[in-house]
Amino acid sequence: MEESKFIDKDKKYEKKGKSQLKGVWTRLKKDKLALIGLVILIILILMAIFANFIAPYEYDTQNLKNTFQSPSLKHLFGTDEFGRDIFSRIVYGSRISLQVGVIAVGIAVVIGGFLGAVAGYYSGKIDNVIMRIMDVLLSIPQMLLAISIVAALGNSLINLMVAVGVSSIPQYARIVRASVISIKNQEFVESARAIGSSDLRIIFKHVIPNCLAPVIVQATLGIGLAILTAAGLSFIGLGIKPPTPEWGAMLSGSRTYIRDYTYMTLFPGIAIVITIFAFNVLGDGLRDALDPKLKQ
Amino acid sequence: MENLLEIKNLSIEYVTDDGINKAVNNLNLKIREGETLGFVGETGAGKTTTALGIMRLVPNPPGKIVGGEIYFEGKDLLKKEEKNLREIRGNKISMIFQDPMTSLNPIITVGKQVEEVIKLHEELSKDELRNKAEKMLDTVGIRKERFDDYPHQFSGGMKQRVVIAMALACNPKLIIADEPTTALDVTIQAQVLELMKELKIKFNTSMLLITHDLGVVAETCDYVSIMYAGSSLEYGDVEKIYNNPLHPYTIGLFNSIPSLDEDKEKLDVIPGTPPDPSNLPTGCRFHPRCSHCMEICQKSLPKSIEVENGHFVSCFLYDKKMKEGK
Repeated sequence: MEESKFIDKDKKYEKKGKSQLKGVWTRLKKDKLALIGLVILIILILMAIFANFIAPYEYDTQNLKNTFQSPSLKHLFGTDEFGRDIFSRIVYGSRISLQVGVIAVGIAVVIGGFLGAVAGYYSGKIDNVIMRIMDVLLSIPQMLLAISIVAALGNSLINLMVAVGVSSIPQYARIVRASVISIKNQEFVESARAIGSSDLRIIFKHVIPNCLAPVIVQATLGIGLAILTAAGLSFIGLGIKPPTPEWGAMLSGSRTYIRDYTYMTLFPGIAIVITIFAFNVLGDGLRDALDPKLKQ
Repeated sequence: MENLLEIKNLSIEYVTDDGINKAVNNLNLKIREGETLGFVGETGAGKTTTALGIMRLVPNPPGKIVGGEIYFEGKDLLKKEEKNLREIRGNKISMIFQDPMTSLNPIITVGKQVEEVIKLHEELSKDELRNKAEKMLDTVGIRKERFDDYPHQFSGGMKQRVVIAMALACNPKLIIADEPTTALDVTIQAQVLELMKELKIKFNTSMLLITHDLGVVAETCDYVSIMYAGSSLEYGDVEKIYNNPLHPYTIGLFNSIPSLDEDKEKLDVIPGTPPDPSNLPTGCRFHPRCSHCMEICQKSLPKSIEVENGHFVSCFLYDKKMKEGK
């Protein structure tokens, strides 16, 4: 109900909108799907933060009398082969998944963004060297690269994040480089140089903030992908060590029981799907909201 | 009056795969303190390149300053280190760009952008910075309530005012205005020019005004230099040149201005197009289009001759006349 009111007033708001953020928000509000994504995400984040209040059981409490319980009021999503409550494990698992997603993408954005910005801004030889290295990384399938990194570094949460992050650096380097190249030739950069700004100042103050939009979009989409990659790695046993609950690891652990106790694989799977869906629709919405061409 | 800026034999080239584009060739110029020099020429005559050359902002590669000297306050800018140049840019020499729509950063508020110029060159506290920036915006006629607005909330003319405020913020000695009114409509043009004229007197700055509008020059400049293919063909004070244009190119330019009194179907145009800077004609650069072309014009480059006091022209027509006179 509220929303339809907003849509009617949107145009007026947009003109008054003071900051860019407000403009983005008014445009994002029009995209219902993106809003749904945002709401799901907020719920997920709250779930991760307050996991110990929400989860009815500890994620690692075994109850061998109660193994393979079907979903019931007592165990919302049933119990697994050790009698652990699946709902509690999924709730706790959101912590790991969101952490992996956000930090892995963070690593990729910071390193990839920096490399891309340097390559784009200075062009020439530096550009060639950096981008050819990125091409080499890009030519290896992301999953394969992540597998080899984790295999080399060993299993741990941090290594998992590093692996997923490093393997997606090239994407961000490419995106940032492309936008930096288009931005650095604009007149306001020249005018910044003409008022005596140094290169570093121009990069950080004028160029990078102006190419954030596509990076934000890619990062939002990338978090979904990173969660999926992490889940995939856990699934093949290269991720989080038990008993820490991780959605991918839960999937992999329960796959042997898929015929008899389908719910064991179903719920972690649904959790992954919903999270990635939320990130993707939000990313799509942000892309539209941040597109300068649609700006009025 | 002393020369604030003196350019001697400046040559700038752009090296591309298709050859060397000689954008500026042996250009000589001078601007005294408090004076406005109009820099007139067709598109591609090397006006903007010269301006960028003075700022040492010619994009390199492909651009390169191949020779000459640019003296500013008695020191050669071409021999300065990048660090020292940064102290000059925006502080002593500032530039107003052609298109106000794109010369402001779209995601920083206009107030902050004015503040940034001051911050780069003066050590002031936050409040002082804001005060000074507000005052600057006020001088160009922008209310301080609009300090925190973004460029897209301003009209073209207002944006150009902001750009002017940025250019004047550190009270520079010289302003290079690169076609400051080309992107604006006529009424706003008049306002902006009036404002620039006013502020120039108020702050006692010199100005290099690049334009292809002879009307703008008459309105605002003290001296004028006619550029063609990277060098100055005629230089002198505005009245002398407007009353008594000597170079055939200058005369051609004046003839191609539509007149209100005459009823003409077609304007008198200068035949041909400006030369390709990668393949300049021999001799006088203008000879292929000149109606007074002589044999010598095809062979050698005319020198700059002082025809009357402070009125220079590079053309053999006047060389000969002088000789005959003698």
